Order: sequence, then structure tokens, then C-alpha cells
Amino acid sequence: MSTVASTSRRDFLKTSAAGTGLLLGVSLSLPGGDAQAAGLLYTPNAWVHIADDNTITLLSARSEMGQGVYTSMPMLIAEELNVDIRQIKVAIAPPDAKVYGNALLGGPQLTGGSTSVRDGWEKLRVAGAQVREMLVAAAADKWKLDASQLKAWNGTVTGPGGRKATYGQLAEAASKLPVPKDVKLKDPSEFTVVGKPTRRLDTPSKTNGTAEFGIDVRLPGMVYASLEQCPVIGGQVKRYDASKAKGLPGVIDVVQIPDGVAVVADSYWRARKAREALVVEWDEGPVAAIDNAGMLAGIRAATDKPLPLKAVGDADAVIKDAAKVVRAEYVSPLLAHATMEPMNFTAHYANGKMALIGPTQWQDGAQGAVAKALGMKPEDITVKTTFLGGGFGRRIDLDFIVQAAQISKAVNRPVKLLWTREDDMTHDFYRPMAVHQLAAAVGPDGKPTAMTFRMVSQSVTGRVFGLPGEVQDPLMTEAALAPYEIAATRHEIVKHDSGLRVGYWRSVSHALNAFANESFIDELAAAAGQDPYAYRMSLLQKQPRFANVLKMAADQAGWATPPAAGRTRGIALMEGYDTYMAQVAEISLKDGQIQVHRVTVVADLGRMVNPDTVLAQIQSSVNFGLSAALYGDVTLVKGRVQQTNFHNYPVVRMNEAPQIDVTLVPSTEKPGGIGEPATALVAPAVANALFAATGKRLRRLPLTPEAIKA
Amino acid sequence: MSVKFTLNGKPAAANAEPDTPLLWVIRDELGLTGTKFGCGMALCGACTVHLNGQPVRSCQTPLSAVAGAKVATIESLSRNNTHPLQVAWIKHDVPQCGYCQSGQLMSAAALLAGNKNPSDADIDAAMSGNICRCGTYPRIKAAIKDAASSMRKA
Repeated sequence: MSTVASTSRRDFLKTSAAGTGLLLGVSLSLPGGDAQAAGLLYTPNAWVHIADDNTITLLSARSEMGQGVYTSMPMLIAEELNVDIRQIKVAIAPPDAKVYGNALLGGPQLTGGSTSVRDGWEKLRVAGAQVREMLVAAAADKWKLDASQLKAWNGTVTGPGGRKATYGQLAEAASKLPVPKDVKLKDPSEFTVVGKPTRRLDTPSKTNGTAEFGIDVRLPGMVYASLEQCPVIGGQVKRYDASKAKGLPGVIDVVQIPDGVAVVADSYWRARKAREALVVEWDEGPVAAIDNAGMLAGIRAATDKPLPLKAVGDADAVIKDAAKVVRAEYVSPLLAHATMEPMNFTAHYANGKMALIGPTQWQDGAQGAVAKALGMKPEDITVKTTFLGGGFGRRIDLDFIVQAAQISKAVNRPVKLLWTREDDMTHDFYRPMAVHQLAAAVGPDGKPTAMTFRMVSQSVTGRVFGLPGEVQDPLMTEAALAPYEIAATRHEIVKHDSGLRVGYWRSVSHALNAFANESFIDELAAAAGQDPYAYRMSLLQKQPRFANVLKMAADQAGWATPPAAGRTRGIALMEGYDTYMAQVAEISLKDGQIQVHRVTVVADLGRMVNPDTVLAQIQSSVNFGLSAALYGDVTLVKGRVQQTNFHNYPVVRMNEAPQIDVTLVPSTEKPGGIGEPATALVAPAVANALFAATGKRLRRLPLTPEAIKA
Repeated sequence: MSVKFTLNGKPAAANAEPDTPLLWVIRDELGLTGTKFGCGMALCGACTVHLNGQPVRSCQTPLSAVAGAKVATIESLSRNNTHPLQVAWIKHDVPQCGYCQSGQLMSAAALLAGNKNPSDADIDAAMSGNICRCGTYPRIKAAIKDAASSMRKA
């Protein structure tokens, strides 16, 4: 049983035509969107579906990958629509970027960048208010009363004399009314939904096995595919011999697609087994020349033109003439996403149409990529989004969706393509390697008088969105500008393509830049012989929001009192996604391995929609960041990724997971993002605690026992 | 030749090749998709089921090994979320993406079947074979303690 209601456009039309329900369109002031919505059973900018039986369905334009949008997006609509979210259904929206596009990301219908709440904050409340006003107007017409005499509450419009009608009873009439242009939104003091800790709507389906993930999709006549791809990413099939595989039980066909050779069988396991019998000869391509040492050397020696980010004063001159200069280089490794659900998608090609069902972070991207790869029109392709068994940026990429579509077209049947864990780890779009070179001039009081910052890494945005090389990639500069007061600074970014495909990885460049900046400020404090917390505070006098979270984190962590014997603390600070955050990690060393006992987090993210989800996302991000800090390292030998599964790409398990103490700062600022920022601060906080323990500065992640011992 | 066993208290028969992992038999042949595939190497615990009451990784358990045995999946815990662990999971809003949670619940159910008052160390020992990339560990731990407490009272 699926809990993700089917919401393709065709389904809506079908439902409506059958007279069992209707859609109430609302008009939103979206960029480029047209404002005519009223009078249609289906409108292309619908967020609210009210059926005759008063079933109310709210659409989430964002994919549910654990971050809670399946609850927070409806909460925003329900706040103004005045419905109990326990009484509503949720569906993930079909691809239509004109309506469901993410303005904060420039328009694509993409879930990422910790943008869902920030993007939806106003427009979803407006949508809810518009529908509410239309329902009230319909009731006013019906009862020949003035709208001001009526009240819409808890799914019902009521009026004087005991008049009463459910939203469902009013929906058809309401849908024929003009969409109100200016709606009055509630003052936040009137909120009854937003800001209240709310249990997730998807939890019950995730505790009894009924939640439908991509891997669970079943279609009549569906067959299963397992795809052999070149061990070197980007390699092409030279020739292959499928004669043995084709003779194995259950095998239906073996087909070549651009990314490899797919075995199609009547069960997944038979497809997977038969895949082992394939003999494929590959043209490995240029990635075969890549290994980590060469990649790092290439990044260090990069001669690509630096892109200036910000310059104040003449930092280089100050450093040149300074009596004391601190220099450091930091290295961040390649990382895999390792979502729990390996990549998969189900595709059904029939009669020139393609139906795609599965876990994706980018609905219109999936539609467009399949259209392009198969020479189809986007309107002939539907995308239904299941729950995602983790995303973390990996499911922004579309490779596995295109593959499923190509295989389905080749065998002319519904096909579920499922990767193995090994496929998933060795064919990721990896977080790019990064090198940071920082330098600071230090005055007699130990405070920095000038600083330069050079980051060299690969642009993901160049590959995914075609951003030109000479244009600064905003997803490389996040948290590059630290808040500390330094009179002269110069920051530059160097885009260097190492030849391996790279992808967005939870918190993207925040993690890269925060590791460098927050390690470096710690180094400056140490060089000055000052406490790392007090040193930071002394440079934050003009940054009250930063200073506040830093002070609160130090207080909560008990910074002023020494930790238990054998333990040390490290602190780190950052702004990301409009969220101000500080962390303190408390660690010890056991047999040379870092044990993280406690992570204290203080976050000021403005207004919150679901504070319990905020808490959950911080807990999640800390453990995710800790996996990377302690273990994350993807290595290549002759272009082959060496990490294949959780034994050689370990992640934090329960016995390694720290106590996480979170304090959320009450705030009336606009909402900040929370799905990612805590990820970025774990590595510097732990590295700084390690320095406090050993006096040794590790400038390269991950923080392994070998590196600590070396 | 079909392999016969008991699945969630009811007789079941599967026709897959005997070396087929139980995971795929349960999911694809018998249609119970609550049990998930995560690694295929018994490293992540997403596929945890009970075999004669013991937690096993169904991705590494061949069909031939379950002939005549009792197999229980997440679907057996309760369909309507009434098992004390499910109640606690909902109360603590444990799942995020949710993909690993069937396995987490089955490992936790096996733990509580034998230990109604697990310590932190007991929970760590029983649960560290189950990876959660969303990092729901603090809530899993709290929910297990909560469920154990309600089971002791019951």
C-alpha cells in the first residue's frame, strides 16, 4: 500500500472528469507564472485539492527524503487554510517547475540547499489564505451574506444563524471564483500550526513497512534490471558477450545502453546473478588516469584563473610586511553520499509515453533529462515521486533515472532498475576534493591584521547547470567569508576540474570552507596563546548574532569549566542558509581513535515551522558530519573507486554516536535552512578538540588514528 | 521445488533458486516490501528479519536455510502500529527518511524479546549492526527505553 498519493496531472484530470473530486486552484505570484486559475477543475498552480467527501490533499512541491517537508510544507498551507493537518492527505507534486519551482535555486523543481521552508514560507501561506478566502466567498454567495460575517475554521465555514458548510461542500463553487490578489496573512502571534512541534505525518507508514520507497514500486508486468557499468566512471562498452547470461534462469533480455550493459530478468536476484555472467570489454576513458595523489597535486598546482570573492584593504601587503605570519593548508577529501536506499528508478515506456516512478530530488530535471536522452517531448513523460531513502544531494543527479528509461524503452516493458551498494559507491557523483591555503598577519596582541583565503576545488554547478567557468559558483563560496573582524582580507576561489564527476553533498561548500576557516582561527588563537572561544569572541564585537550563538554554545557546553579527565573540547562557528550556528565537540582518545562524547549545538535560524523537525535535522547533520570527519575518504586507483560498501566506507553507528545537546534561539527573523548547516561544523569542532588533546593540528580530513599517530 | 517455511505466522512457499537471499524472496516473490535492501553484505542491517526469533540479515540468508523455519518481518510487528516499539517510535518521531527503520525495529524487537530492561551498552551492542544515515540514533535509543518501560509495565 502506498502512502504517497498519486498526483500526476493525468490522474487529477481523470479524477475530476469522473466527478469524484475537484481541484481548487490558487494563483500565486510566482515569477513567470500566470495568474489565471479560477474556474478550472485543474489548474497548473494547484496546491490544494478538496474532494466532495471533504478529503483535503495538500501538495508538497518538495521531495521527502527525511528532512520533514511532507509535514512542514502542509503545515504552512494549513496555517492559513485553517485545517487540521491530521485530517489532510499529502502528495508529492508532479513536475511543473512553473508552479512548483524553487525560487531560491533559480527556478528548478529541486529539493536541496536547505531551501524548502525558506522558499515556501510566504508562498504556501499565501496559497492557503487564497483558498480560504475563496471558500468563504463561495459560502457568502450561497448564503447571501457578507464574507466578513463568516469564519473558516477546521475545514468548515460557519456563519450567523448556525449556517455551516464543509470545505468539500463549497469547493466546486469556490473553484469558479476569481483568485484573490491580495490576501491578508495571519500575524505570527496568531499562528496555531506554524512554530508548534508537530509529529510527522509520514512516521506511521515508516514504522510498519508500508511507506513506499523507490525500491518498493511494483507495476503489472514489471521486470527487473541490474546494470553493469564500467569500473572506471565514464568508461564505454567496447564489446560484450551476453551469451552465457542470456541462458540463465529468468533472464528476459540483455541490452546495451550508453552507461553499460543491463540484464533484464523476471526477478531482481536473477538479473543480478546473471549480470555476473556478462563479459564486457571497456574503453575506460580519461578517468582511468586519475588517482588521489595526482588529483591533489593537480589541485595544489592549479593555474586556473582565480575568481576574486572579496577584498578589503591590501591584505597581501600587510602580510608581506608583517613580523608574524601564520600560514596553513587544509585538504578535504572526496566523499560518497551513501544513502541507505541504493539508486533505483522504475520506468514504463509504452506507446510513445514514459512513466517514471521513484526517488528523486529534481522532478523537472528527471523529465528533461529523459526527454533529451530518448528524444521525447517532456509532456510525454510523467514523474511520480516516492519517498526517498536518503538524498543528501545524490538524488539531484539523474543518471539512474535516464538508465531506467533507456532500459524500459529497449525492452518495451515496465522495468525497475536497482543498483547494488557497490554500484552506488563506485558510481557516485562525489563531493569534490578541496584545498584551502590561508595566511594571516598577526599583530602584537595576537589578533589578525590581515588574512588571505584561497580555495581550490571543482564546480558542481558547472556540470549540473552549465555555469560558465569564469563565473563565481555560489555553491563554492558558502561560509568562505568568516565573521571575524580583520582589517584587510582577500578571498579568492579557484575552479579546477580534476576530471572526476562531482556532486552536491549535504552542506556543499559550507563543509569545505568551514573546516578551513574554523581550523585556521583556532590556529591563530593557539599562536596567540589565547583561549579559542575568547579569541573568537574578541573578533565578533560587530557580529551580535554570531557572538550570541557562540556564547550560548560555550555556556551550554560548560566551556568555562574543565571537562572530565582525558577529555577535551573544540569549538566552531558558522553562518549557512541564513542559520547562525555554533558547535562544541567534547572528545577523548581511545587506542588512538577519536571518541566523540558530546556535541553541543546552538542554532539561531529565525522562525521555525516544525521545531521538532529542526531538532531532528540537527541531530541528523551532526552524525552525518561526524561520519565524514572520522571516516569519509573516497580513493581512486587507476580511476577505480576503491570503496565499495560499508566495511571500507564506514559511517557512524549507534555505539559511536555522541550525545547531542541542541539549543534553539527564539527568533522572529525570517526562517533559515536547517537540513544541512550542522553537518559542516562537526569536522572543525572535532579537529579543534583533537588539537586541544594532542597539541597536534590535523589539516587533512578524515581524522584517522593513522593521521593522529603520524 | 518449493521451499516451505512459516512467514509471519502463516505457511509460505517460495520457488526461487535455493541460493536466493531470503530478502529477495520476501520482497519480490512474496510481496512483502517492508524489509529493505541496503548493502547485500550483512553490513547495514536494513534487511533484518527474525529467523526462529533471532535477528538475521536476510540479504545473507539463503532461502535454503529457512526451510521449515519461522521467519518474521516488519509486517509481523503489527500492521496498525500497536507494538510497544512502534508506539514509542511514533511518540519520539524516530524516522527521517525511514528506509532503515524496518531493520532498526526488528533488531530492537529481538533485543526486547530477551531483555526488558536494556542498558545503554545493551542497546549499543544490539543496535550497532544497523546503520542509519539520517543519524536517528538518539531517538532510536530513547524509543527503545520507552518501549522497554511500557513492556515492563504491561
